[in-house]
Amino acid sequence: MIEIVRAGPLATVQDLGRPGWRDRGLSLCGALDEFALQAGNLLVGNAPGAAGLEFTLGAATLRFHADTCIAVTGTDADASLDGRPLRPWWRQRVRAGQTLKLAAPRERMRSYVAVAGGLDLPLALGSLSTDLKGGFGGLDGRALRDGDRLPLNPLPTLPAGKVGMRPPDWTPTVRVLPGPEHDDFTAAAREAFWAADWTVTPQSNRMGYRLAGPVLARERGEELASHGVLPGVIQVPPAGQPIVLLADAQTTGGYPKIAVVIRADLWKLGQLRLGARLRFLPCTPAEALAALREQRLLLEQMRMALCMST
Amino acid sequence: MVPLSIHPLGETALCCTLPAPLSLAQQQRIWQLAAGMAVMEGVQELIPGMNNLTLVFDPLRTDPAELAAAALALWASPPRRQALGRLVEIPVTYDGPDLGDVAAHCGLSADEVVHRHTQGQYVVYFIGFQPGFAYLGGLDESLQTPRRAEPRLAVPAGSVGIGGAQTGIYPQATPGGWQLIGRTALALFDPRAEPPTLLAPGDRVRFVAVPE
Repeated sequence: MIEIVRAGPLATVQDLGRPGWRDRGLSLCGALDEFALQAGNLLVGNAPGAAGLEFTLGAATLRFHADTCIAVTGTDADASLDGRPLRPWWRQRVRAGQTLKLAAPRERMRSYVAVAGGLDLPLALGSLSTDLKGGFGGLDGRALRDGDRLPLNPLPTLPAGKVGMRPPDWTPTVRVLPGPEHDDFTAAAREAFWAADWTVTPQSNRMGYRLAGPVLARERGEELASHGVLPGVIQVPPAGQPIVLLADAQTTGGYPKIAVVIRADLWKLGQLRLGARLRFLPCTPAEALAALREQRLLLEQMRMALCMST
Repeated sequence: MVPLSIHPLGETALCCTLPAPLSLAQQQRIWQLAAGMAVMEGVQELIPGMNNLTLVFDPLRTDPAELAAAALALWASPPRRQALGRLVEIPVTYDGPDLGDVAAHCGLSADEVVHRHTQGQYVVYFIGFQPGFAYLGGLDESLQTPRRAEPRLAVPAGSVGIGGAQTGIYPQATPGGWQLIGRTALALFDPRAEPPTLLAPGDRVRFVAVPE
């Protein structure tokens, strides 16, 4: 069992989300930095999509009540186990009674803790992800609180060996493809979209980041009929300040979509903090596919390498 | 035949869009298209919207050009005679806080508002905004009422309301600007059930007035 001594600003149970119900209005949810969650799971011998803990801005403390094996990923924060430095992105054996502390990250936003065997919580519609808006999944459909206790799946043997990985490079720059309404915006707006340093405003959450920057005006102003939207879609409400949708976004929307962040760079968005600057980089569908293929290959190679080493 | 236009939405989705105006016959063909595309390799989700369909797929397992061609071929094939979706009866206690305002706006008595609301034949065009929140077509024009000037900070789950030309039921408590005319005890969304929502696109809905 894991005891959440301090949950920090926002801590939730997340896996890779709950696809398959968006035609019924259920958000996808899931880890905002999917790469970090999957890497952490592989490091502790789990399936890459097992549920782990997502912490926002660190400042969290966990106590383990069983011997286990963990990996802290996603973060560039200092972490410690019983006061001794713990290396993020490495497998770490933990003994019952030990305490893990996550400090505030330097630049990034979210840290993940993967635990060998995974969390023993009930699946909700095929996923352990917390749907904060829907109030289900994870632990009782809510953010973790100080004092929560999370049961772990028992394991006959814990993975052994010292393994770790180099964290992926993170920059506050994401590649995007033009959206269906890209050409409806004025030439000046299109230029400003690419050139601007966008600021993530405090009115942002797991549903989406509201950005501040130059006002993006449309050439044609007709209303759009409600349509399906996805994490990564950048929509522009009439006020002209874009919103980048994230994992908890609602399933349909009606604002024009100037661009879409490519799948392989969604994790970079998840690591942006409030007040951070963000830039968009144009790319092609072929580049988007190549980046996604490379990311999946990296995880697959990691899985193979870890299989061989243990 | 109305042309279907297809645009990429990033590298993982396609938007299939029909020109306005919206019609029930057109929307039925959207549902048929969704059902037809659901069996294609690599297709993960089909999200019907108002007069459109968003198709989500794994781009490493399927080629968007092939998916688009398949969608266009399906669209060009003759429409099947559509059996309408299930008929779902929703018991409503018509004691909402805005019933009087709606009646005054429409120039009707409260009883007449309730009568006309229960006489309507409604169809679920699509679901969005909240889990199980159905966008219903079919509100009697004489009942159309603008949203409240001051949205409520908390509309209770199960509230039945009118917002402009729309009527519907809030599955979960939420801030909202619709005029509330009643409430239902039925659960529109239950995450422990499979499927988790009472209504699905294509379902027909009838409101039945019930006492407290």
